[in-house]
Amino acid sequence: MTHFEDRSLATYLTGFALAIVLTAIPFALVWGGLLTGPAVYAVIAVAAVVQVLVHLVFFLHIDLRSTPVENLFFLAFAAVLLFIMVGGSLWIMFDLHHRMM
Amino acid sequence: MADTSVSLSILEEEEKKSLEAREFGFWVYLMSDAVIFALLFATYVVLSGNSAAGPTSRELFDLGHTAGETALLLLSSLTFGVATIAMGQGHAGRVVQWLILTLLLGLGFIAMEVWEFSSMTRQGAGPGTSGFLSAFFTLIGTHGLHVTLGAVGICVMIGQVLVKGLTLPVRSRMMRLGLFWHFLDIVWIGIFSVVYLPGVM
Amino acid sequence: MLGRLTLDALPFYSWVAMGGAGVTVGGGLLVFCLITYLRAWKVLWTDWLTSVDHKKIGIMYVVLALVMLVRGFVDALMMRAQQAFALNSEGYLPPEHFEQIFSSHGTIMIFFVAMPFLTGLINIIVPQQIGARDVAFPFLNSASLWMTAAGAGLVLISLVIGKFSQAGWTGYPPYSGIEYSPGVGVDYWIWALAVSGVGSTLSGINFIVTIVKNRCPGMTLMRMPMFTWTTLCISILMTFAFPALTVVAAQLALDRILGFHFFTNGDGGNMMMYANLLWIWGHPEVYILILPAFGIFSEVVATFSHKRLFGYQSLVYATACIAILSFTVWLHHFFTMGASSNVNAVFGIATMIIAVPTGVKIFDWLFTMYRGRIEFHPSMVFTIGFMVTFVIGGVTGVLLALPPADYLMHNSTFLVAHFHNMLIPGALFGYFAGMNYWFPKAFGFKLDEKWGIRSFWFWIIGFYLAFMPLYVLGFMGMSRRMEHYADPNWQPYLIVAALGAVCVLIGIVCIAVQLYVSVKTWGSARDVTGDPWNGRTLEWATSSPPAPYNFAVLPEVRDIDAFHDQKILGLAYLPAERYEDIVMPKNTMLGPVLGALAFALGFAMVWQIWWLAALCLILSLVGVGIRACNDDTEFVLPAAEVERIETERLAQITPADLHDMREYAPRGAASGAVLTGRA
Repeated sequence: MTHFEDRSLATYLTGFALAIVLTAIPFALVWGGLLTGPAVYAVIAVAAVVQVLVHLVFFLHIDLRSTPVENLFFLAFAAVLLFIMVGGSLWIMFDLHHRMM
Repeated sequence: MADTSVSLSILEEEEKKSLEAREFGFWVYLMSDAVIFALLFATYVVLSGNSAAGPTSRELFDLGHTAGETALLLLSSLTFGVATIAMGQGHAGRVVQWLILTLLLGLGFIAMEVWEFSSMTRQGAGPGTSGFLSAFFTLIGTHGLHVTLGAVGICVMIGQVLVKGLTLPVRSRMMRLGLFWHFLDIVWIGIFSVVYLPGVM
Repeated sequence: MLGRLTLDALPFYSWVAMGGAGVTVGGGLLVFCLITYLRAWKVLWTDWLTSVDHKKIGIMYVVLALVMLVRGFVDALMMRAQQAFALNSEGYLPPEHFEQIFSSHGTIMIFFVAMPFLTGLINIIVPQQIGARDVAFPFLNSASLWMTAAGAGLVLISLVIGKFSQAGWTGYPPYSGIEYSPGVGVDYWIWALAVSGVGSTLSGINFIVTIVKNRCPGMTLMRMPMFTWTTLCISILMTFAFPALTVVAAQLALDRILGFHFFTNGDGGNMMMYANLLWIWGHPEVYILILPAFGIFSEVVATFSHKRLFGYQSLVYATACIAILSFTVWLHHFFTMGASSNVNAVFGIATMIIAVPTGVKIFDWLFTMYRGRIEFHPSMVFTIGFMVTFVIGGVTGVLLALPPADYLMHNSTFLVAHFHNMLIPGALFGYFAGMNYWFPKAFGFKLDEKWGIRSFWFWIIGFYLAFMPLYVLGFMGMSRRMEHYADPNWQPYLIVAALGAVCVLIGIVCIAVQLYVSVKTWGSARDVTGDPWNGRTLEWATSSPPAPYNFAVLPEVRDIDAFHDQKILGLAYLPAERYEDIVMPKNTMLGPVLGALAFALGFAMVWQIWWLAALCLILSLVGVGIRACNDDTEFVLPAAEVERIETERLAQITPADLHDMREYAPRGAASGAVLTGRA
């Protein structure tokens, strides 16, 4: 299942470059104070999600065609569960917080 | 002699299957580990405003330090990738060199984190100060502990490559270690995006 | 040197505590002496404790579960006795002792009875059902077993050294925090859960990989037996839910030991987060306990109705639905915490939706029985008892899913009655059915049916007597966990409930007698063919007990009831044309060693003996590291040896032993099957 030969330095370097850009954007925004309010959070969130995908594709070599389907299933299942658990927890706890303040 | 060669080939066949199972099992383990981190993140977000009478995140966090840690970890992901490529080409010596470089970057990251923790504690912002700091130290510390285990794993891996060479089981273990190391980098993206960047705003 | 551990930890402060400690120590000594008397230590160590054979590991799990069942049931009896007497008096148990008993009862029944029981049955059966020679990671399997045993050991030793938690099996802060529970009880609870929880996570991963990777040729996902399907689903639940328990236990431990503020009242803690995290694990856990039992019922109902399982696909989809929905309902355990009506409504509706796939299953089982030739084997009788009783529990569950109704019933004995009504028929009856059903597979002879039926009647009557009064008491306003009370109207119900507990006690004694009688007369109930019930799935294709490798030649599967088809087509019990070498895992002592280290680690953390904790941690890491670098963990069983075992087995089977399959043969051209060989 592992094709070492397919992995070229170019893949890793592309991933590395993308990761640097996607890290630099939110850091620069916050450091320079270029944006304020909810927009910053949105940019940070989008940059983070995109960077996670970049890592998955270029470093962990997730590929819809060559990665075994069971690995993809568990990745997707984990993503759904993390969304339910974290989203649910935050919804519940901030709802409570709101009502108790 | 004929008998032993037959059983050897069966052993190799079984070994391949078992290594494949190990790689899948390790993947499932990583997903399960992801749940641990997700819940630590959720706890952090819920408690992040609860600094009680203690210092807040704005007073404590230093983005320059975080950027340094990020750089070290990201570079180490790249060097691990290069080690994997060297393994694909069968150069045991270069695998070891790149692994050593990865190890040094990882140790640098751990050193920076230890320094951050100790300086915060010295400022009177230890984990027992407030709910916010408890959640902060636990989340970052759990990640740091994983990086430390990964560093130990790299040491063992260097030893195995030197002693056994790039045999099939060693290659498989190297792949799994790589998954682990890259996974930790992904968790770190979450950490600087959820903890440090919003923390200084 | 010894942390908090001093001579005061010994239970000389009360007669009841000394009694408990005496029974525990005495029981341990008795087992020790018996093994020594039988000179069985060497056999025990080389053939069992260090074994990585999934069948032996499974048997050890079930033994652990049965031992702990007795311990947990003694707690139940003591509580029922206390409440039967304690009208306007203190009864015979002081409050702090009563609190320890209900805490350990819940902890033991969930973690050290239900979990090992189901894991044991899965271990024995699932690899055989999918036509595999072993689980994916035999050593990991052994490590999981010994982690679970280490957790059980921590609970047991808390009776002798120190005290157990008084904070209930869910250990809610702030009561479980260091301020209100300064003793070692909560620490025992935390470390028992943490250690066995890691074992369960590893078991989950192991069985996911086993089922995904080790199926025999032709066994597609939609041809897997129902028990394997439920196992796959709960393995996924274990892998994804148990980390939540690890997290919440670790956070509570950090609060208690290092003065963190996750769940404290002041300094920015948030105790509601504890309930939230605990139930993110806790609700999937309920389904981890119940789904395997659903799988067992599916197997049993098809076999003893002598019919193909009705609605196989709907059962699979219902199982998968329940597994996913189980992650979306956790808030219903704390409706009364004060969330807004929107939050409560969403989780309430999600909870009610789970009743739909569960109802589908009940109908599937009923239709399987419909027009079948039902054989009232004990496992079938447990199944029927389950169906009737479980529906009542389901209805009270839907009632509790309504947040406004839950506000009235929360923390009352109605709730206690409800979850016992789910877990005793829904989980325990399933495991008992599985024990009666698969016992010959594990040991090579059948269990006595007469005593099996008797145990069923005492269990079910005892169940109704013990828990129906609690429903009523809940409506009358009695809250759970009361050490004494002042309302004389309650007492008659509590006396009936106590009688019910006595009835269940007789049920447990019946099981013990059943085991004793069966072992004593084992020669007359031998299972020569490996297929005593005319079974349908692949585990009945192996010998009883199976050879270490299960299948000399991996079977090929064409349909759901693979072995049933083989028998009809005359393909069962045929010698292979050629036997091959088989690769087997070597036994290793690392499993029990890791378990011992985990136990010592937990004990050291409870008593804050830091050097011992560090030592255990380092030794475990070294052990795992050595294992991780070891390339020599397998050996080859030569083909000649396999052939000898198989020939010996087939020689014992006479045509008279075989089931008559003629009536099952497909009739008419539409069936498409060609009959060959002996039918």
